[in-house]
Amino acid sequence: MNGAAGAWPVDYQKAANADWPIAPSDPRQEDPEYRKVQEERLERVWATPKGWRYWSDVNNTTIGVWYTAASFGFMLFAGVLGLMIRAQLAVPDNDFLSATFYNQVYTLHGTVMMFLFAVPIFEAVAIILLPQMLGARDLPFPRLSAFGFWCFIIGGVFVAGSIFFDSAPTGGWFMYPPLTTQERFTPGYGPDVWLLGLSFIEVASIAAAVELIVGTLKCRPPGMRINLMPLYAWYVLVVATMILFAFPPLIAGDILFELERLFGWPFFDPERGGDPVLWQHLFWIFGHPEVYIVFLPAIALIAMIVPTFARRPILGYSWIVLAAVGTGFLSFGLWAHHMYTTGLPAMSLGFFSAASEAVAIPTGVQIFVFLATLLTGRVTYQVPMLFVLGSLGVFVFGGITGVMVAIAPFDWQAHDSYFVVAHLHYVLVGGMVFPLVAGVYYFWPVVGQKRLSDKLGRIAFWLMFVGFNLAFAPMHWSGLMGMPRRVWTYPAGLGLEWPNLISSGGGFVFAAGFLVVVFDVLRPKGHVPVAERNTWNAGTLEWLAETEDKNWGVRSIPIVTTRYPLWEQPRFMEDVDKGRFYLPDAEENLRETLVTSVLDAKPIQCLRVPGPSWMPFWAAVFLGAVFILAVFHLWMATIVAMGLALVAIIVWLWRGTSFVPEKKEKDVGRGLSLPLYMSGPQSVSWWAMFITMTGDATAFLSLVFGYYFFFTIHQDFPPPGMENAPGQLWPMLSLALFASAWGLAVAANRLNRAGRVPLARLAMGGGGVLSLLAAAALLWAPYATGLDPVVHVYPAIVWTLAIWTAVHAAVGTIMLFYCLARSLAGKLTPEYDIDICNVALYWHFMGGTALVTIGTISLFPLVA
Amino acid sequence: MHLLPSGKTRDNLWTLITPPTVWAWHFLLSYITAAYACAPNDAIFEAIPGPRLLVAVLTVVALAIIAWCGVRAWREWQSEYVAPPFNEASPAHRERFLEFSTLLLAGLSFVGVVFVAMPALFVVDCR
Repeated sequence: MNGAAGAWPVDYQKAANADWPIAPSDPRQEDPEYRKVQEERLERVWATPKGWRYWSDVNNTTIGVWYTAASFGFMLFAGVLGLMIRAQLAVPDNDFLSATFYNQVYTLHGTVMMFLFAVPIFEAVAIILLPQMLGARDLPFPRLSAFGFWCFIIGGVFVAGSIFFDSAPTGGWFMYPPLTTQERFTPGYGPDVWLLGLSFIEVASIAAAVELIVGTLKCRPPGMRINLMPLYAWYVLVVATMILFAFPPLIAGDILFELERLFGWPFFDPERGGDPVLWQHLFWIFGHPEVYIVFLPAIALIAMIVPTFARRPILGYSWIVLAAVGTGFLSFGLWAHHMYTTGLPAMSLGFFSAASEAVAIPTGVQIFVFLATLLTGRVTYQVPMLFVLGSLGVFVFGGITGVMVAIAPFDWQAHDSYFVVAHLHYVLVGGMVFPLVAGVYYFWPVVGQKRLSDKLGRIAFWLMFVGFNLAFAPMHWSGLMGMPRRVWTYPAGLGLEWPNLISSGGGFVFAAGFLVVVFDVLRPKGHVPVAERNTWNAGTLEWLAETEDKNWGVRSIPIVTTRYPLWEQPRFMEDVDKGRFYLPDAEENLRETLVTSVLDAKPIQCLRVPGPSWMPFWAAVFLGAVFILAVFHLWMATIVAMGLALVAIIVWLWRGTSFVPEKKEKDVGRGLSLPLYMSGPQSVSWWAMFITMTGDATAFLSLVFGYYFFFTIHQDFPPPGMENAPGQLWPMLSLALFASAWGLAVAANRLNRAGRVPLARLAMGGGGVLSLLAAAALLWAPYATGLDPVVHVYPAIVWTLAIWTAVHAAVGTIMLFYCLARSLAGKLTPEYDIDICNVALYWHFMGGTALVTIGTISLFPLVA
Repeated sequence: MHLLPSGKTRDNLWTLITPPTVWAWHFLLSYITAAYACAPNDAIFEAIPGPRLLVAVLTVVALAIIAWCGVRAWREWQSEYVAPPFNEASPAHRERFLEFSTLLLAGLSFVGVVFVAMPALFVVDCR
């Protein structure tokens, strides 16, 4: 036992090659009484609220568990729908389900599995695990996680619940127009439920992406340089960034789609100049990266499990980074391989085919890295490993049929057949469901303090593995025999009876296996002994989790100098537990975690993170109401809900962000004193704004893509009679006003920092007013030139770009007025200026948006 | 780019993703070139030598940039050679890790660009 003051066994200054001073730990940490006081304080600060206030909690562990449970709940629901599909198709000419109800069932099966299970479960698991793996107390924006969860559950229940009112969408999970845009094909609210419900959930996904990117880059433990990051964190970084670029095009598509459904703007209607293929582009620019957004986080779990059971560090760390980053990029060049049969030119098909083949390289690299690690290790075959091996087998099979369908001529034969259904289930179940169940068995002790049953796990694995292959292998044959996807039933005598009957039987066996897992998780475990700490003898920080659940995350935030600290850093666990590292206490009774630099994880700030609050809940409820009421065309109520959502968000920000701290710096331990407040690029909130606006800009550029897409498919664009609309006069006036508002926003930030507060306030107020005038001038332009968005796609897309920009201008005004109010209230000062720094950053994006919009709608027609 | 006194690059996440970013731009511009040349898709049997040449030029430029990134990473890695797995807590290992990973990504991106350029080599018109 190391009792003497200053007798420190590890020279962390040297071990971490640190360029900040690391003193020996406080000798008082060796006194159990002293530690007990600290622990009580930490426990009180991080306590989960009791009673009904439990639901106001924002701590990452609580939110992560809710999120995971909800995603699994939706998965079981969608699984039942899957079984209903298999029951209907078990025998020819079956009438177990009516044809329209069958359409609802398979549409929701796909929609719920993809949007309410596959993507959210990544966010859910990452919200639990990432802070643990990084030795952080929490993620930087706990309330944002809570907001994301509430958005997810409200939107999810709305979409999934629609089937109980016989109003679920029926157009397939990718909602192709014109089938879904025109009332005569799909009457009712189904497509609106899909579009608005899922748009709302996409907000949650982007919120989680912001949280996870900033968490990975800025909340690593001191010393965890970029080359020491757990592989899971690499995958999280890549996947969250992919979400940022993949989801916004779908949001843009949803906007166009809803404008067509609600107001008859003809984006996808060829009779009025639209083109249904544009939806396919926007959907699949989202949809294909999404497959990897689903797959990579699951593979990330394997990258954590394999080293533990191979009893050695991963072989080829850099190669995994190559695979994750490379797949992340290549996955954005694959989208049109879902569109091989739309009549795109062969050269375009070739580009996508080539990229689809190329993505097999990084995908294969990961598999070989895992195999090499296993072959060079001493493997112990426990339940998580079984699921990992099953996953690799099933996934490789699906990957190979993927290489087949990536070849355009083969795809022309297999397109829209059960061959594709077989392929996608092999990839998704092998690449995602099996690793996830492996993860459930592996990580359960972190959350539930006990191991799941080895015996039940083995039973579940074999039922799932055998059942899965029985269910989906025959679909390759039924598909090649010509059985189309989504078909309600099929006649006898085509040779489809046996493959379908076997598939249906296999489906139920697979489901039985999954139910065993569910039973294992839910069954009372009173007699099961609490698992010893670090029960699998793993090497990474999440296994610091104590056998008695603690909300504080880690007892003290460690200095990390290796990739597997629990294996490679001597006395590591003891040092953490005795509070010999950073932040062993919460003297001010506030929740705190460390912020570090991006590459070298040098500690730069002690970040105060907010505690429980109802505001994220209310913001989600009101925002959800906006989307749900719009489905039913209740416009007045929608506008009221919008106002309430805005108020909720402003109250949340006003009361819960950019606190002026009671002192400038705080001693975080080991002789290190860190600032409590940082603004500009040093601040995590500046990063969050930057990342959010990158996603926002992606959505905007997708709308701009729409404009130029219509330009390329028309001989005359603008069409005859509209050449001089929206003209140049009003747009140019608007541009001048936007430029002034942009200048004032930037000036407000500089003046405030320079201490010239009255002038800064004037700039904030003036910028806000000019921004509104700019928006008005921009909207006036198409109105004054008589552009009617219903008659043709040209005026429709011009209006859309103008409205998008005007709405952003209104948000820009609110932000500037908010800063003005904060300044007047003394919450924004020359020294404590997070708000105006972030608003100035917003205005850079705003200025760019205005420039591109006005350049496109006003100047491009002059040169085209 | 941030240069060290030695004239070497201080690698970061941006230098790491430069090669695949070049791949993405090459892909996007090639796609736009073909889409623009072939839309509206009226004269599908007419040869499009101009756009194919443009893709060829884009390809040469993209490959040159990627190769330059790869060679730079290789040189800097070799000049202060550390063998993988670069798992020490030091600026040197961080730097070598980023250089080696950049090299791998440059290789993948190079192959990716060659793959994507192939259709423009073999397909002559807008069919």
